[in-house]
Amino acid sequence: MADIAFLLIVFFLVTTTMYQDKGLSLHLPPIAETKEVPSKNICNIWIAKGDKIAFYENQSLTPVAFVDLRANVVGRLAANDKLIVSLKAERGATYKRFVDVLDELKLAGATRISIANPEQ
Amino acid sequence: MQFTRKAKVVTSVPTASMADIAFLLLVFFMVSTVFVRFRGLPVDMPTALEIEKLNRRHVTSIWIDGQGAINIDDQNIALDQVGKIIHSKLTVNPRMVISIKSDGEAQFGLVSDLLQELRKVDALRVNFSTRREMEE
Repeated sequence: MADIAFLLIVFFLVTTTMYQDKGLSLHLPPIAETKEVPSKNICNIWIAKGDKIAFYENQSLTPVAFVDLRANVVGRLAANDKLIVSLKAERGATYKRFVDVLDELKLAGATRISIANPEQ
Repeated sequence: MQFTRKAKVVTSVPTASMADIAFLLLVFFMVSTVFVRFRGLPVDMPTALEIEKLNRRHVTSIWIDGQGAINIDDQNIALDQVGKIIHSKLTVNPRMVISIKSDGEAQFGLVSDLLQELRKVDALRVNFSTRREMEE
């Protein structure tokens, strides 16, 4: 009896996967929905091809180091609680960089995050 | 003269409860086993800190590997077919979350195209699947 039980234990031990799906959740906007937002409430973050990050404001790019990004966004959110963070990445940017930046934004406490479409 | 005989020490592991323990473990593993449903593509997912756990029952996974191949339910799928498949899954389970399991080296452009396809069929709850980042 114990032999059979142990045999079954080994079987279930081997087939058990403790893996659980986890990751960064995001709610996409419906396709028909376009909202007009005053430009002072938008913070544009731009990820370029070489995985460089910059803020885009007043028609100019201000480069920012990845390590400074979180503190910078925290400061901006504290200054304006209606702030929407718009994340725009070039098509050639890596997915890893995109996830890193998205994670930093979430850690900074940004709840309104929009993902802009890259130009074709 | 009498010598006191050395007391015999019985050394044995009590095996009477062995089967009970075995069955206990058996029940535990039977309950916790979830069979792997889909193999997916070999991907090296990025890491993140601010992650949420998902309920497996409401998850559909889309794999994207470093070469840009898209895979749903172990079938390679062209980008323009994704919407149709996800739509049919959404009609079965409207609470479904799309888990995007993409390789860190994949191009963001492809992921963005995929997100647009998902938006077209109203699959708005997405999750970028990551591994847990170890904090130093």
